[in-house]
Amino acid sequence: MARAYLVLEDGFYLQGESFGAEGETFGEVVFNTSLTGYQEVLTDPSYKGQIVTMTYPLIGNYGINPLDVESRSVWVEGFVVREKSKIASNWRSEETLDEYLKRYGVIGIEGVDTRALTRHIRLQGAMKGCISTIDGDIKRLVKKVKESPGLVGRDLVKEVTYQEPFEWTEPLRDEWWEPIIFGEYTHLKVVVLDCGVKFNILRILKSYGCQVIVVPAFFKAKDILSYNPDGVLLSNGPGDPAAVPYIVEEVRKLIGEVPLFGICFGHQMLGQALGGKTFKLKFGHHGGNHPVMDLRTRKVEITTQNHGFCVDIETLPKGEVELTHINLNDMTLEGLQHKKYPLFSLQYHPEAGPGPHDSRYLFREFIKLMEEGKLGN
Amino acid sequence: MPKRKDIKKILIIGSGPIVIGQACEFDYSGSQACKALKQEGYEVILVNSNPATIMTDPGMADKTYIEPLTPEVVEKIIARERPDACLPTMGGQTGLNIAAILAKEGVFDRYGVELIGAKFEAIRKAEERDLFRESMRKIGLKVPDSAYVRSVEEALEWVKGRDYPFVIRPSYTLAGTGGGVAYNVDELKALVQRGIEYSLIGQVLVEESVLGWKEYELEVMRDLKDNVVIICSIENFDPMGIHTGDSITVAPAQTLTDKEYQRMRDAAIAVIREVGVETGGSNIQFAVHPETGEMVVIEMNPRVSRSSALASKATGFPIAKFAAKLAIGYTLDEIPNDITKKTPACFEPTIDYCVVKMPRWDFEKFPDAEATLTTEMKSVGEAMAIGRNFKEALQKAIRSLEKGRMGLGADGKDPLKPPYDLEVIREKLKTPNAERVFYIRYAYLAGMSTEEIYELTKIDPWFLENIKEIVEMEDEIREKPLTPGLLRKAKSFGFSDVQIAHLKGKTEKEIRELREKEGIKPAYKLVDTCAGEFEAYTPYYYSAYEFEDEVEVSDRKKIMILGGGPNRIGQGIEFDYCCVQAAFALREEGFEVIMVNCNPETVSTDYDTSDRLYFEPLTLEDVLAIARKEKPYGVIVQLGGQTPLNLALALKREGVRVLGTDPEDINRAEDRKLFAELLHKLGLKHTPYGTGYSFEEAREIAKRIGYPVLVRPSYVLGGRAMEIVYDEKSLERYIQEASRVSSEHPILIDKFLESAIEVDVDAISDGEITVIGGVMEHIEEAGVHSGDSACALPPYSLSKEIVEELKAQTRAIAKELRVRGLINIQFAIQGKDIYVLEVNPRASRTVPFVGKATGIPLARLAAKVMIGKSLKELGFTKEVEVKHTAVKEAVFPFIRFPGVDIILGPEMKSTGEVMGIDEDFGKAFAKSQMAAGNTLPLKGTVFVSVADRDKKSIVPVVKKLKELGFEVIATKGTREYLKKAGIEVKLVNKIAEGRPHVVDYIKNGDIQLIINTPIGKGPKFDEYKIRREATVHKIPIITTIPGAFAAVKGIEALLREEIRVKSLQEYHSVVYEENHVKIL
Repeated sequence: MARAYLVLEDGFYLQGESFGAEGETFGEVVFNTSLTGYQEVLTDPSYKGQIVTMTYPLIGNYGINPLDVESRSVWVEGFVVREKSKIASNWRSEETLDEYLKRYGVIGIEGVDTRALTRHIRLQGAMKGCISTIDGDIKRLVKKVKESPGLVGRDLVKEVTYQEPFEWTEPLRDEWWEPIIFGEYTHLKVVVLDCGVKFNILRILKSYGCQVIVVPAFFKAKDILSYNPDGVLLSNGPGDPAAVPYIVEEVRKLIGEVPLFGICFGHQMLGQALGGKTFKLKFGHHGGNHPVMDLRTRKVEITTQNHGFCVDIETLPKGEVELTHINLNDMTLEGLQHKKYPLFSLQYHPEAGPGPHDSRYLFREFIKLMEEGKLGN
Repeated sequence: MPKRKDIKKILIIGSGPIVIGQACEFDYSGSQACKALKQEGYEVILVNSNPATIMTDPGMADKTYIEPLTPEVVEKIIARERPDACLPTMGGQTGLNIAAILAKEGVFDRYGVELIGAKFEAIRKAEERDLFRESMRKIGLKVPDSAYVRSVEEALEWVKGRDYPFVIRPSYTLAGTGGGVAYNVDELKALVQRGIEYSLIGQVLVEESVLGWKEYELEVMRDLKDNVVIICSIENFDPMGIHTGDSITVAPAQTLTDKEYQRMRDAAIAVIREVGVETGGSNIQFAVHPETGEMVVIEMNPRVSRSSALASKATGFPIAKFAAKLAIGYTLDEIPNDITKKTPACFEPTIDYCVVKMPRWDFEKFPDAEATLTTEMKSVGEAMAIGRNFKEALQKAIRSLEKGRMGLGADGKDPLKPPYDLEVIREKLKTPNAERVFYIRYAYLAGMSTEEIYELTKIDPWFLENIKEIVEMEDEIREKPLTPGLLRKAKSFGFSDVQIAHLKGKTEKEIRELREKEGIKPAYKLVDTCAGEFEAYTPYYYSAYEFEDEVEVSDRKKIMILGGGPNRIGQGIEFDYCCVQAAFALREEGFEVIMVNCNPETVSTDYDTSDRLYFEPLTLEDVLAIARKEKPYGVIVQLGGQTPLNLALALKREGVRVLGTDPEDINRAEDRKLFAELLHKLGLKHTPYGTGYSFEEAREIAKRIGYPVLVRPSYVLGGRAMEIVYDEKSLERYIQEASRVSSEHPILIDKFLESAIEVDVDAISDGEITVIGGVMEHIEEAGVHSGDSACALPPYSLSKEIVEELKAQTRAIAKELRVRGLINIQFAIQGKDIYVLEVNPRASRTVPFVGKATGIPLARLAAKVMIGKSLKELGFTKEVEVKHTAVKEAVFPFIRFPGVDIILGPEMKSTGEVMGIDEDFGKAFAKSQMAAGNTLPLKGTVFVSVADRDKKSIVPVVKKLKELGFEVIATKGTREYLKKAGIEVKLVNKIAEGRPHVVDYIKNGDIQLIINTPIGKGPKFDEYKIRREATVHKIPIITTIPGAFAAVKGIEALLREEIRVKSLQEYHSVVYEENHVKIL
């Protein structure tokens, strides 16, 4: 087994063994606390620019199957696990994690104390790092890490967004036994602004029966509106939300024109479009167990989260925006709606994939918003 | 929602004695509930018949009733206390069943008591199979098809057109008692017949089998606002077909994709909502087809369960405590997470380690029982281990079990050696049994493929491949030089020093020293509910061979307490009680208390019992590593039973200070020769004895001291392999068998004292004075293991002079052994002669019983004595004289082991105990029998059949029974003897004498009590069948003459007046408060 090193910009490093592809890779090192769903994590475009470590130490157990993907590719810059399973055991599995990463050229490292790494990030904050299977000189690696681009101020959306618009036709799959499939909203047309959209968002909309049009992130408001949509969904995506003013600008133009639903990065776009500012969290929220309270019902849902930046509550215009969801762990903003315009957004992931389905009701709220919009017209 | 103010007084029902299927986990849940509710300012009324529990300590509840757990008795308590609410979900199936009966009979309505946690309707929906199936179908979930039948014919009708195998489950029995899997029509007939007999209502469920499917469990919590969270997922290593309690289980689930896991999560949430469990924890079991992913719901427990205890310890999330808080109106978001302090309890724990639970079976105690595993639970305890991977956790779990194995194999203890017989291995893999996991290793060693092992076992290939990696590592260690890199890797696979030493032909000590030289030592990681995402404040640790050690050793003065490990017959909850008491005591004294234990059911492994909890195996290697890390002032070994005691000398030799009685002095009590010298010195009697290293030697000794003799291997607990031998032939047979048990240790031979009274004395000594805690007179004569006999405190038949002499001898022995802490002595009294049978300079099984009977917390005081406090300072200088009587009775698992005879002997077989307390012996004994499930009848027919030696003694018993209005029937010999004595009784046929015979009478319910002293043991005797039938039909059966006398006294007392209930707080004349004993 080839040696591999994980090195952080502050000099912290761990020695382990290489798996997946070999070489050298750079990115912001973050940890994800989900027990299941590594395949969804690997294929989530929001992880572009990041090296992900899983806190659960045994990864790869159930292998990889062709269905449980959240996009057309693997996006993480590198993958860090305590122990990758040599065997893939699941009736749907078609290849091992190792083979999969090799196929996509993603560099992995195993055999490192991922808990030590997680604790280090918790205490010191998420930071730049690298995995190398070709260079064992720690000092040199630290230097290279320092020179690598970070996440702040970086537009990663352009690297993950589809270049052409297309229609999405695939609903949720029967074997996933999803409890909320209605399918009757065939008269609704949704345009999804793809900042790095996860397939599950598209699948759920399709399962409701909606016509789903995916458009590139660089599309202008007028191009979007030219589809005559009943609603626009602003998708999740990677990188610094403050680095893409061109998207915020177009989103601002959509406000009041059409019902809007922002998810994660989309929420940050909407927050900025409404006048708010974003800030970087110390080590982000990445996992599937965060409690979020719906302030309207005081009920708690267990949510999937994946963000390193957050909309600052204080910067939002108080008279216009109502806070709807709050994270009970650190009291940061998780959802908002406009008092006048038909729009709402969530910092977390109601589409799950991976993670719990508690927040699926919010897609219904989007459907309702679109229906009301239709009636209003 | 804030807590409810409309209720003030809450009744908690406990789970009664430890039995297979209901162990310490309900002491853990009940204790947490008591604590939580008291903290919230509620008045807590507790009822439980089990005196060995921590929850029945007088300080835990406001009123503690140690009374029989029957609906009638609980109703009396309700009438007396008038609680506003009852929390029925903490006391296992027992507590839930009683609550269901009281609800059904309108008792709660009558007294205005509200059921909190789970309403009656929800209990019914979860427990009654028809309702449950209907509810599941309503929410679109599949359940295996099933039907209730009341006869074999009905069963045969139902299975027509369906495929074998079928699972048979008798209604209203615990942990699958009397159930099984039928692969063919003959087995179906037999199992249905047996099940109908076992069921309280003569009904069994026949169910389509999902044998071989993957089995999962989810622990779910819900609050009044309908917030639902999953605390933990558990995947069973063993597939469907083996009771969960008998399965190796792993947390979290290992082989489900997120899609499949979320589907299960959705289903679990739908189930708890549909069944309508309002608040608290529930456990929901699923089966998943390994090739199609089809999922079915198996069952739901609408209460805290064994799995909840496991889930709590596996995640750090205190399910029972929070369940209690939810029941009184709090919602999950209002309760802070104890561990992180800053985040709320309304979240789903995530973990960054792998947890393995292993069941512990004691089949060797029941040689006639079938040692295979089915849907009927047979294990008596469990151990849990935490590692950073499955391999490590599995091997740690195996050594935590204390069955003498130090890992999966290669520890010098393998019964199978190459060349391997593949047929033997295949058979062991195919039919689930206690050793199956070891046979997977043999299978790999013998060259079998994962595919073949999977076909035979249906154990998921992921688990199998991990075991294969262990086997490959074993080869690597054996064949390659032991470089630091390899050693570290081997340790990270969970290999113990003993295994590595065995593979390398070195000693454990050499490997340890090599490791220490290379700096290869375990790192300790935190269990924090959040995988390191938040700072954690609860010091709950496990070891792993990792980069970073998180433990910051404090500079406080530390005491380490070694717990008792997994429950087993002979060592159970009593010792956990002692360890927990000691932890409380030492924390009061300002010490930092470090607890080491590996039993997930216990209160000692609650993270708030001690200052630091190390969830680790109790082996020398693991304990020593912690001692090296923490450098405690001293370690307490005398409270956790034999487990820590066995480590005492080795720890001392490694430079660890052992607190309390010196290990060398402990050795003086355990070593027969030194012990005899000690008694000689004090001028005390012991039974003639000898130590034989060979059959010839043993034969000579037996001849010299005269038969009958009591034989046993040295150094055993719970009378393992102990037997009374009446002649040379039996001695020869015994030695052949015993040599299998232990080849290194000789055989001990004692003169057996016939018809002697046995007495237990518990005392405490501070080196200056010795104070008696309690003198307990056994009901059964000497020869029945002390753990199996009933006993009374104070003695009920001994003269004052004898009792005083026993106390004097106890003081003399304690002084001579320089006891600091607890001492237990067993005496036998034959006429006026007092023999010292055994001295145990440690906590005994009876310490908690003495505590509940007298109010003196012996273990707590002992802990303080061990750190140098005097008994005078503690306010305990004089024995407590009680005016009431407390009777302890043992509870047996015979119903679970068809084929096993129920006769009592020198080898301990009971799993638990109950206590009856009242103003006189008769009433207390009657209550103890009621609590043990042998309720004495007040009228009806008594069947008497006794051995010749007992015929004379039985006459007054029969006479009394007739006076009390019973009809007595007897077999020929007994009847004739009674006739000569002037008593006429009715004749009944023995089985061989034609029908209707006595078993027909039993089956027809024509006999209410059986007195049968055995002539012989085992299936070849007619009377064996009588005893089995009595067990199955739950007819009280008495097998000793003193037992019969006691029963008559009990019946007399019951006939004289109705049972009354009274709390411990009202009985006790002393109370432990502000760090010392106060006389009221």
